Amino acid sequence: MLDKARIELQDVSHVFSTPTSGSVYAIDRINLGVPEGRFASIIGPSGCGKTTLFNIIAGLEQPTQGEVTVDGQNVTGMIGIVGYMLQKDLLFPWRTVLDNICLGMELRGMPMREARERAMPYLTRYGLGGFEHRYPAALSGGMKQRAALLRTLLYDSDIVLLDEPFGALDAQTKSQMQDWLLQLWADFRKTVLFVTHDLDEALFLSDEIYVLSARPGRIKAKIEVPLPRPRTRDVFASPVFIDLKRHCLDLLFDASSPQTH
Amino acid sequence: MSMTLWAPIGQFLGRNTDPAKPRLGRARRLYREKIWSPILPRLVQFGILAAIVAVWEIGVKVGFIDGFFWSYPSAIFKTGMIFVTQGDAFLDTWFTLKSTIIGFVIGTGAGSAIGLAFWWSQNWAGVFQPFLIVFHAIPKFALGPLVVLVFGIGLGSKVAMAVALTIVVSALATYSGVKAVDRDSENLMYSLGANRWQVFTKLVMPSALPWIISSLRVNIGLAMAGAIVGEFISSQHGLGRVIMYAGQTFDVALIWVGTIILSILAVAIYLVVGVVENTLLKGVLKR
Ligand SMILES: Nc1ncnc2c1ncn2[C@@H]1O[C@H](COP(=O)(O)OP(=O)(O)O)[C@@H](O)[C@H]1O
Ligand SMILES: [Mg+2]
Repeated sequence: MLDKARIELQDVSHVFSTPTSGSVYAIDRINLGVPEGRFASIIGPSGCGKTTLFNIIAGLEQPTQGEVTVDGQNVTGMIGIVGYMLQKDLLFPWRTVLDNICLGMELRGMPMREARERAMPYLTRYGLGGFEHRYPAALSGGMKQRAALLRTLLYDSDIVLLDEPFGALDAQTKSQMQDWLLQLWADFRKTVLFVTHDLDEALFLSDEIYVLSARPGRIKAKIEVPLPRPRTRDVFASPVFIDLKRHCLDLLFDASSPQTH
Repeated sequence: MSMTLWAPIGQFLGRNTDPAKPRLGRARRLYREKIWSPILPRLVQFGILAAIVAVWEIGVKVGFIDGFFWSYPSAIFKTGMIFVTQGDAFLDTWFTLKSTIIGFVIGTGAGSAIGLAFWWSQNWAGVFQPFLIVFHAIPKFALGPLVVLVFGIGLGSKVAMAVALTIVVSALATYSGVKAVDRDSENLMYSLGANRWQVFTKLVMPSALPWIISSLRVNIGLAMAGAIVGEFISSQHGLGRVIMYAGQTFDVALIWVGTIILSILAVAIYLVVGVVENTLLKGVLKR
């Protein structure tokens, strides 16, 4: 690794102990580091512990073992350090779209007026103009995800975790949202950790990809994506892309580690 | 092969044996009730009421119904007029209404506060929940005499009865709402750096509000029942006292008058609460 990692995981393992089904070994000795401003993806079969890993990084879950560090400081189990977009959009139905987006700023103690003023230009720029005073129920699936994403990005943190943000969208909306996310990432210059189970999506968006095994999730490989930026959808046909994809598929469906599905 | 061979017999039996034709043998039209014009049900309702009143009045006149025990419509109307013009109708109605509303507000407010408070600690919620359920199971009317002894024969005892009946309903409904607060939304709040107070005010309270609102309509009926029972046991005012007094003096017509006024009052409050409920719900679940 050339750059120094902004966020780093060291030997992070997690075991859930439940009274009913005994203990679930979710993730196993995860080591990874993301340098400043990079876009890193984590890909793996469903149930391999991706969400668990994010909950640990966000401080919502205390890992059974291991450490999370940001700029070399141990932040294991601490909340409020990274921006986190959870798997569901989780917009509050009793708040307007604008007020939903302002939630993070409001919680930091910013007066509501100021927060709204700060958020408004982003709403118009990122395709939510005219919907600021509507309620989430009036939004389409793609717009809900945009609102949720803006809420996370406007939270003052330069590290963001995005957990399958486009998992539930139809193919066309999904590719629009991917382009939109790249634009957003170029504007905001954040360090991104992105979870997906869509290989094309991971390759299109990322600088580097961590491939996880089935549960217990452990890192099978780290793959650099040397495709030049800015990227267009043409990369899907490039030889580099196709080679990388084949390599990843081999890793994901590796016969030596039997899949549970 | 066999199809063509059997076709004439099938046709003779009225069956569709031609595979190209759709089978209509078992098809029938879906039954749909024809909906009346909007005024017709009102007219029918009015007719039914008029018929009951007429049969009652005539039945007593003919001697087929015992007018002493059942009274009869014209006597009830006369007694009602006297009660309204010369009696304390407004004072009594106001007294009952007042204790109902005060009891409803205190019971619902305190009950909701208890339910919401349970969010703060799962441990303490676990400790107190059984007490709540036991109190819920006690037939509160049995506590009536005790309540009157403690709170006196004035407004206090009626309000206390209304509170006793409503508080647990609200507490349990609100607690269900609190338990149903979305874990992921809670996580989202924490990931955005919220403290517990912020999660409580900005997530738990709005999410539990529909549950609180859902208990309002039940509670207004319970509050009125509490107020009336308080008046039954011992009181100087109120429609409950009027009915009790009328029963003791064999004034059956006055019992009916009291009951009718109470019913009108109940329906009126119900309608108001229904409107409040709808506006509140619309405010919470902006769709
Ligand atoms: N709170 C929990 N208690 C017990 N087991 C859990 C809990 N959360 C997740 N798991 C289990 O851990 C595994 C990983 O879950 P998750 O991190 O959600 O996977 P992914 O996001 O990769 O689909 C799953 O088998 C899941 O059933
Ligand atoms: Mg997940």
